[in-house]
Amino acid sequence: MQTKSIKAQNLSKAYGPVEAVKNVSFDVRPGEIFGLIGPDGAGKTTLFRILTSLLLPDTGQASVDGLDVVQDYKLLRQRIGYMPGRFSLYQDLTVQENLQFFANVFGTTIEKNYALIRDIYVQLEPFKHRRAGALSGGMKQKLALCCALIHKPRVLFLDEPGTGVDPVSRKEFWEMLRRLRDSDITILVSTAYMDEAELCDRVALLQKGEILAIDTPQGITANYQRPLFAARSDDMYRLITDLRALEPGADCYAFGEYAHLALAATATRPTTSTRPTTSSRRTSNAIPKIQQYLETKGHTNIEVLNTTATIEDCFIELMHN
Amino acid sequence: MRTVLYLVQKEFLQIFRNKFMLPMLLVMPVVQTILLSYAANYEVKNLSLGVVDHDLSPMSRQLVATFGASGYFTVYNTVFSSKIADADLARDRTDLILEIPPHFERDYIREGAGKVAITANAINAVKAGLAIGYANNIVRAYSLSHASPVAVNRPPAAIQVEYSNWYNPLLDYKTFMVPGILGEIIALIICFLTALNIVREREVGTIEQLNVTPIHKWQFILGKLLPFWMISLVMMTVGLTVGWLVFRIPMLGNLWLVFAYTLVFAPCMLGIGFLISNFAESQQQAMFTAWFFLLIFILMCGLFTPVDSMPEWAQWLNTINPVKYFVEFMRLVLLKGATFADIQQNFFTVLGYAAVVNGLAVWTYRKRV
Repeated sequence: MQTKSIKAQNLSKAYGPVEAVKNVSFDVRPGEIFGLIGPDGAGKTTLFRILTSLLLPDTGQASVDGLDVVQDYKLLRQRIGYMPGRFSLYQDLTVQENLQFFANVFGTTIEKNYALIRDIYVQLEPFKHRRAGALSGGMKQKLALCCALIHKPRVLFLDEPGTGVDPVSRKEFWEMLRRLRDSDITILVSTAYMDEAELCDRVALLQKGEILAIDTPQGITANYQRPLFAARSDDMYRLITDLRALEPGADCYAFGEYAHLALAATATRPTTSTRPTTSSRRTSNAIPKIQQYLETKGHTNIEVLNTTATIEDCFIELMHN
Repeated sequence: MRTVLYLVQKEFLQIFRNKFMLPMLLVMPVVQTILLSYAANYEVKNLSLGVVDHDLSPMSRQLVATFGASGYFTVYNTVFSSKIADADLARDRTDLILEIPPHFERDYIREGAGKVAITANAINAVKAGLAIGYANNIVRAYSLSHASPVAVNRPPAAIQVEYSNWYNPLLDYKTFMVPGILGEIIALIICFLTALNIVREREVGTIEQLNVTPIHKWQFILGKLLPFWMISLVMMTVGLTVGWLVFRIPMLGNLWLVFAYTLVFAPCMLGIGFLISNFAESQQQAMFTAWFFLLIFILMCGLFTPVDSMPEWAQWLNTINPVKYFVEFMRLVLLKGATFADIQQNFFTVLGYAAVVNGLAVWTYRKRV
């Protein structure tokens, strides 16, 4: 049991006719940052609620730190820290009062576990007499993390911690998570941001309540088998519609200032190890072809580049299958 | 138990920090007691009287003057046509018409009997009833003090009623209203506050954070109810002080009994608020649900209309009206000086009520979402 920090087996949960989570199974190893990646409505929060003992699954079993989420929920609540997606601390209490309150409720003191939160709390210290409701998004998040950590949980659940926080604060936040992992806390984090996915040790891609893939971020991108290009021109909207019509099976979507074009995987699918060379060979003759095609469609300032797949590309690919 | 203390401490921090809360808790009982006690007035004064005097004799003028001097009526006008007087009544310029027939004085002196007609606008039945009552009294008093020379020889009316009003000898409505209003306000405020406070945790989302802590259900509930329980005592103290300072209401009974009773009654209202919060998803829903019940409780509690004169089904319905018990208790103890032995049935009913309501609330409260 103890070899897995979180163990979910065939979890399902429906709200009326809506199946929020369908037969989901996954394991999280101790001391791992495990990401649940998926768009809004994929079932991330429902899974979190089941695993934090707030919601009973319709079917399936789950254990966290060796404790069953249904039977042992009382013990479990001592050992987990949960940061809900929405800021859920008392906005009318100050930073310090919030922290003190949660420490008290868990039967501990701030001093006892100060070492764990020190790195985060020093940034909050100048505002400790400010009401939580008056903090900035990034500061609120840090306070929420402090409150979730104050009882030294074994497993930390972070539901969409990146939402509503500026990029710099997000980056800092992830650095903190890495430090926490190093002090032996297992972290389950959910996010809709694909760039955050790459910072996890392992991720599960979630779509409409089902898991599409579980792997390391590198493993997931390495499994991407379609030739991928980035393209742009002056008229991006038309570019995307035109490229979709390039050949059967071609997929094109906006990706930052470029559009990503995924061509159909070749029938003779190359093995993962030989993929880069094959890919570049196909690329070399594909790029001029695409450029030519776009010129005939009347595009100006055309740019077509070879690119490697990110988690987002993999996600879109998996979603379309 | 320590966890409960932390929860209570947190609750008080929030209450005292809320700019709105403290004034509401202290000012509301004061203002409501003063305002309602003066405004929720059973006495009808300054009734506008239209006079149709067909007689124009010294006696008829004296009678009209008696009306004017009574303090209840002001003479709006004196006309000679019933039509004009009726029109004034219809236009709401007058509340009452006193019509004195021709030869009123002559008949009264010669025959020992006179007749006057009184017409009241009964749109407001309570007002009309009172107005006619006052008018009757004035006419009777007048006829006694101006006994007809013919009638002197006759025996006076056979049965005369001598009356006295116990426990409120001067029929001062304030004495009657203030204790009741105190009960009503406390019921209202703590029921609302409890319901809204718990729903707020749900609405803002803080309950989700609390629910993953090892706080037990009973600790959470006690942590929510205790602060408002204490506040109900403070409100009672403030209210009684105002009642005593401003209205000089009698306090015949034991004040400790009043506070002891408050301690039992408050959980009743807390429990109702708590129960409502279990079924409401937003503060708005809680607010309307609480209003629905409180309005019925307050209108039927006997504060404004006597419970005994309600139809039987309403009286039966009133057995589940906690405010009724409180108002009844307050009047009995403050005005009549009832002791515990006198009110113990009421006391234990409310105690049982509190137990049932809170039991239901605890039972329906779920920590899992």
